[in-house]
This record gives sequence, structure tokens and C-alpha cells, in this order.
Amino acid sequence: MTNNEEKKIILSAKKISKRFPGVTALEDVDLDIKSGQVHAIVGENGAGKSTLMKILSGVYQHYDGQIFLDGQKIAFKNPAEARQAGIAIIHQELNLLPHMSVAENIFLGREPINRFGFIDYNKMHTKTRTVLGYLKLDIPATTLVSSLRVGQQQIVEIAKALSLDARIIIMDEPTSAISEQEVAILFALIKDLVSKGVAIIYITHKLDELYKVGEHLTVLRDGKRVDSCLLAGLSRDDIVKKMVGRDIGNYFVKNHQTSQDVVLHVVEMSLPQSGQSTRFFLRDINLHVNKGEVLGIFGLMGAGRTELLETIFGLHPEATGHIKIAGHQVSITSPEHAIAAGIGYVPEDRKREGLILSMSIAHCVSLACIAQILQYGFLSTARENRLAAKYIDKLNIKTSGIAQNVETLSGGNQQKVVLAKWLATHPKVLLLDEPTRGIDINAKNEVYQIINQLAQSGLGIILVSSELPEILAIADRILVLSRGRITAEYAQQEASEEKILKAAIP
Amino acid sequence: MIGLIKKKLDVLGPFVGLLFVFVIFVFLAPASFVSGYNLKTIVTQTVIVGLGALGMTFVIVGGGIDLSVGSIIALVTIVTAKMLNWLETDQVAFVWLAAFSAIVVGALVGLLNGLITAMVRIVPFIVTLGMMQITRGVAKWLAREQTVIAPQTILNNLMNVDPEPAWLVFAPGVWTMIGLTALVYFILKYTVFGRYVFALGSNEQAARLCGIKVRLNRIWIYTLCGAFTGVAGLMQFANLTLGDPTAAVGLELDIIAAVVIGGGSLSGGEGGAIGSIIGALMMAILRNGCNLVGIPTYVQNILIGSIIIGAVAVDRLKHKT
Repeated sequence: MTNNEEKKIILSAKKISKRFPGVTALEDVDLDIKSGQVHAIVGENGAGKSTLMKILSGVYQHYDGQIFLDGQKIAFKNPAEARQAGIAIIHQELNLLPHMSVAENIFLGREPINRFGFIDYNKMHTKTRTVLGYLKLDIPATTLVSSLRVGQQQIVEIAKALSLDARIIIMDEPTSAISEQEVAILFALIKDLVSKGVAIIYITHKLDELYKVGEHLTVLRDGKRVDSCLLAGLSRDDIVKKMVGRDIGNYFVKNHQTSQDVVLHVVEMSLPQSGQSTRFFLRDINLHVNKGEVLGIFGLMGAGRTELLETIFGLHPEATGHIKIAGHQVSITSPEHAIAAGIGYVPEDRKREGLILSMSIAHCVSLACIAQILQYGFLSTARENRLAAKYIDKLNIKTSGIAQNVETLSGGNQQKVVLAKWLATHPKVLLLDEPTRGIDINAKNEVYQIINQLAQSGLGIILVSSELPEILAIADRILVLSRGRITAEYAQQEASEEKILKAAIP
Repeated sequence: MIGLIKKKLDVLGPFVGLLFVFVIFVFLAPASFVSGYNLKTIVTQTVIVGLGALGMTFVIVGGGIDLSVGSIIALVTIVTAKMLNWLETDQVAFVWLAAFSAIVVGALVGLLNGLITAMVRIVPFIVTLGMMQITRGVAKWLAREQTVIAPQTILNNLMNVDPEPAWLVFAPGVWTMIGLTALVYFILKYTVFGRYVFALGSNEQAARLCGIKVRLNRIWIYTLCGAFTGVAGLMQFANLTLGDPTAAVGLELDIIAAVVIGGGSLSGGEGGAIGSIIGALMMAILRNGCNLVGIPTYVQNILIGSIIIGAVAVDRLKHKT
């Protein structure tokens, strides 16, 4: 199949839109997938790539628009139906059961049955060996998944999709965890599949890979299709240009002043991956934050953004390097130490890590500074309520009262409660990990205003964000992380989306 | 406003259930059910499970479980009897020393539970399942697999339905339970430790990120549970007037049931002292009432089982709305 005309459109999505509360993830996106072609999809974090793939593979059933497979209109009720129709997806995050064997994982939910109605292990193992051989993964079919390296697990995930004999395979960043050798095997395999007429939808952040395997390219930005064209003839710069230029609506007015006093200084910080001395989550990080400064940190998925904040906050005592707060060296090996040293940390996942959902606002706000609400050694409800009321007022938290459970608050107001909890500890440094994720545009703007006010009052702030426009609008200075290292530093005036993205792409 | 009513309902829920069970037996059972003596008997019969449930409340609110409490009670009866024999005196101070040491033994087993759970990071179900066997074994070993006869002391008065002096009205064990209920209520509501117990049980990761010392607090929780169980063991000894290594087999399940009926959630973060005591009372009323009516024990088992499931089901429904 070298002739372009032989490739016919097998999957066609027309005007796909998907809305989540407060956000439009996709808007009128068209996509045509041809057989025997690798169709690459690129876009920033949050551009809508994963949402689109979840719609195509039946994970999301509610959306606007139509999908045609071989000219027939389809609407999958679940992922199993999509699989039956020949669409397989290799998810970015691994979906394997660690205590089951490789074969059991590959055939999970569609185990071959013998004539007595029991699982036919012989057949299952034979088929598994075939597909593993195809992928050049030399392990027995009975190996437990938990004993495999992450890279090998990724290959098993690919084997699972292959064993379905799918006509369309969606690969969501398949190379994020595997070695160079394994990447080479995967690319050879993709070429082979394509020559047999299989269509591959390939999502990646790594532009180099595009040129190795891609043929057609679709760029998404802000949930919209920016362009869809053949890859040949496009330069890296062309692609980056198409990806950037998002709009976050209201820009707010920044009016804080950065002082010259360094409040946080991180020196030569490294964080090895557990059990490995050669691979690192973070490598030789040096950074400083001044009083009244917002330091933005940008990185793509897996660049080490969250690990950096966690390490500063004492969650990885095995890390090396040291930290100075306001000129004094401090030893931080647990969150307690970090809090005592004047650091607050707003984690990425506010429901799992930031809040105790079953607690009232008052209880949540006082949790990290409980000594403040003691009277004669016991908790004083009056003091606690006063503290909560103060921050409800200061941060404009919309609530029916201090006794309301945080579970019933909106996302934006929940995030403000997390901020309140840390502000109540009177920190010198505030670490924010994706503080506006999953909250609506108005709440986002409010959070930006709060960050601005906090900087104005002299706090040093580190803002980790995967949204370029956000970081460009709020940060005074921007560091770019890529594969655990700082690859660039820009003052706000000299930064641009293109420059940052180029430094971030490995 | 609706939230406030719901909150009140949460507290009142177990209480309404208790009243319901009581009223049913007022109609069903003979008049002797509501006699002063029988009511005093019921509260006295609540004491052992009730005290155990107070300790268990810390554990369950903190997101754990302790299966070793039945065995701890047996061990404590043995230790009390042995101590009394060893001291060979009925001087009040020494008798209380024996009682105190028995409670310390309970706390030590709890400490061990806490240390293993927090440091070796084994789930509490397994740790305390093992400790249940170990403690039972130690009790049997100390007692040479026999009951241990103990001298007559004032400890035997602890569970007298008609106590001396008579102005106490209720057995001293009942007063102990009431006092400790107030204490646990206070600890959970007005101390930093109590607040941390709720935080740990609701969301350990978030609690850790707030700088809460997760391990230390876990160790405290199990130690406290052991100490409260020690007091329950002392009451068991008073009931038996001797040490029995086979006492309280399976009682841990009654204790856990009391906490759950009283609004405790096995996934942590919910529960309270008063609810747990109400749960224990409800089971005692049911057993006593059924006996008076002449309902066979197998029906009692079925009823208690239904109440456990029913209480949690009602709780679920409340949470849904």
C-alpha cells in the first residue's frame, strides 16, 4: 500500500464537541482516519487529545457530533463495543492487574474457553507467546505483571491491543516509559502494521517521533482543530507555532513588586528513581524565589514538575541537595519540617491530597495550624470559627456557612479552602501545583488575583502549571523543566509560548 | 438549615433506634422488663462491650480495626487474678495496683498493635488478627490453661447490680463507663489528638500533607484502645470473680458491631463515643428483652445481625440524599 489513493477513510468524526461542567474540552472537531496510515495528533496539555481518544474508543458516550466507521454511523455504549468494532486503545497510564500473569492480562475479559466451560490456558498461552514474539519481548506468558519493568509493562499493554486484531489502534504516548531499544521495536512494528492496512492514531509530545513514524498530522488547541495536513514539508517550528496561541480569556492586571531578598533557595537538588542510581526524576536543580515573586515552572507530562514541589515539601527524604529559607539552611525530610520552615503546598489533586472532604470548612482551614486555635490546651470552637470566617471573607469563599462540608463546595471554592488552610499557617513560601485545574474560568481569575495579592504581601510563590498562557500571565520569571532538568529560564518580558514549548519538548 | 437538621439527625439516629427497640420490648416483654432491677441489670450488662467500644471508637474513626480486643480482655482477667494472688493482700492500695497493672497490660498489647501497624506497614486487620491469637495464647500459657482463682476483694463489687454502698444505685462499672464516655467524647471533640484521629481516618494522605505525624498518632490510637479494653477486662474479671483464659471469645465482633451501629464507619472518619455506647446498649436490651420474652438465642442472633446491617444501610441512605 504505497499508493495514497488506496488508503481509504475508515473512521471519520464530524463536529465532535464535549463539555464538562465549566469547561469545553472539544469544540466541533473533525477527524478523518485512513487505513494504512499513522495519524499523529499533537497539542499542549489540555488541548483535548485524550478526550477525543476517549470518545473514539467508547470511554465517553455523551458528546455532540457524529462518528462514522466504514461510512456507518456508530455510537459505542462502552469500550468493549469499540473493541469489537476493531478500535483498540493503548492508554498512557498502565491498565494492568499486577497480580495476574501477562497472558491473563492480555486476555482479560475475553478469556478463551474450552468445551467444559473452563479457561483454556493452553490456547491463551500459545496466543500470548505469538504476540509477545511479534513484539520481541522475551518473557514467559505466565510471568506476573508485577515482576516486569515499567517499560515491559508498556509492551504488554501494546500486546493487549495487538491481540485484538484491531483495525484502528490508538496509542496515547506509548513511548513515555520505554527504552530506546523498545522504541525502535515499536516503530518497526508500527510500520509493519501500517503496511497491513491498520490505521494508527499516535499521540505524542515528542516531535522527533512524529517524523519517524507519522504521515498525517492533526493539531489541537483549546479543544479546537487548528490544522490537519500531511506531515511532509512541515518543520518543527511550524508545528510548535500551530500548537501555541491559546486564549485564557480575561487577563488580569499584575501589580505586585518583586523584592531582591531571596526567600527560598534550592541548591543542587537531585531525586533518584527508587532503586535506581542512574535514572532520576530530578537532576541538579538550582533555583531561587524572591520575596514577592511568582516563579512559574512549566514542563510537559513526566518532566518532574510535581516531584520538584514534593521534594521541596519534604515528601522525598531520599533526595539530595539542600534548601535555604531566608538565608538559613534548613533540613526538610517531612511535611512537618516544611511547614515549620514556612512552606505551604497546594497539591495537584485537591480532593485526594488537599482536602478532607468529609470535614467542615472550619475544620479544614485549621488543620495545618491547629496550635493557633488552642485555648488552655484544648480546641476552641470560637477561635476556630473566627479563623475560618476571616479566610472565607478574605478569599471570598462562597458558602452557606463555616459548618458546610467542603465536599459540597464547587471546585473553585474548594481550592480556595486549600489556599486558606496554608495561608493560616503564615507561610513564607507557597508551592502551587496546578492551582486552577478543573475549575471554571471565573474561579480561575479569582485564583490569579489571590496569587497576585499574596505576592504583593511578600510571599514567595512557585507556580507549577501545564497551561502556557496561565504561566505567561502570572509568573514574573519562568523555569522550564524537561526530563527532570531545568532547560531554560526566562524573565516574563522575554518569554513566549514558542520559546517555552521548545525548551520543554525533550 | 436543612444541613443543620441533618446533622442533628446523624446524632439522633442511633438514639431513635435505641428508643424503638426499648419501646418494642416494653410492649412485648413481661412487666419485669421495666423494673428498676432489670434496667440496672441491662446497663450493667452493657459495661464490658461499652468500654471496649469506646476504645474501638478511636480505632475505627481513625480508619483501622482491632480484632485482638476479645483476647486482651481474657489476658487482663488472668493478669488481674495473678497479681491479686501474688500480692497476697486485700489492702485497697494493692488491689488497685493489681487493677492498674492489668490495664497497663492491655495498653501494652495495643502499643504492639500500633507499632507493627505503623512501622512495618501491615494492614491492621492482619496485625490484630495475629495479635488476637498471640494474646489468647499468652493468656492460656500464663493460666496453664485453667481458670485462675482469685481472692475476694473490692474489685468483685465493680459489676454488682446492687452495689455497696447502696447510694451508688448503679454498679461502679456503670459509672466508670459513663465517665469514660464523657472523656472520649471530650477527647474526640476538643483535643488536637481527637481532631487528628478524624483527619487520619478520612484521608491519610491529606493529613500527612498537613504535617500530621501519621505514625505517632496511629500508635497512640491503638495504645488507647488497648487501655480501654484493659478496663473492660477488669470488669470481665469482676463479673467472673476469677481469671479465665477462654473468656470473651468472639467479643471483639460485638464491640465492633456496637461502634458500627452507633454510626462508626469502617472506612474511617466517622463515629463517636455516645453512638458507640448506644450501640452497646441496644444489643444489651435486645438480649435481655428476648430472654425475658423467652425468644430462643438463635432468633437473637438473627435479630442482632439484622440490626447491624440495617443500621449501616440507614446510614448509607442518609448519606446519599
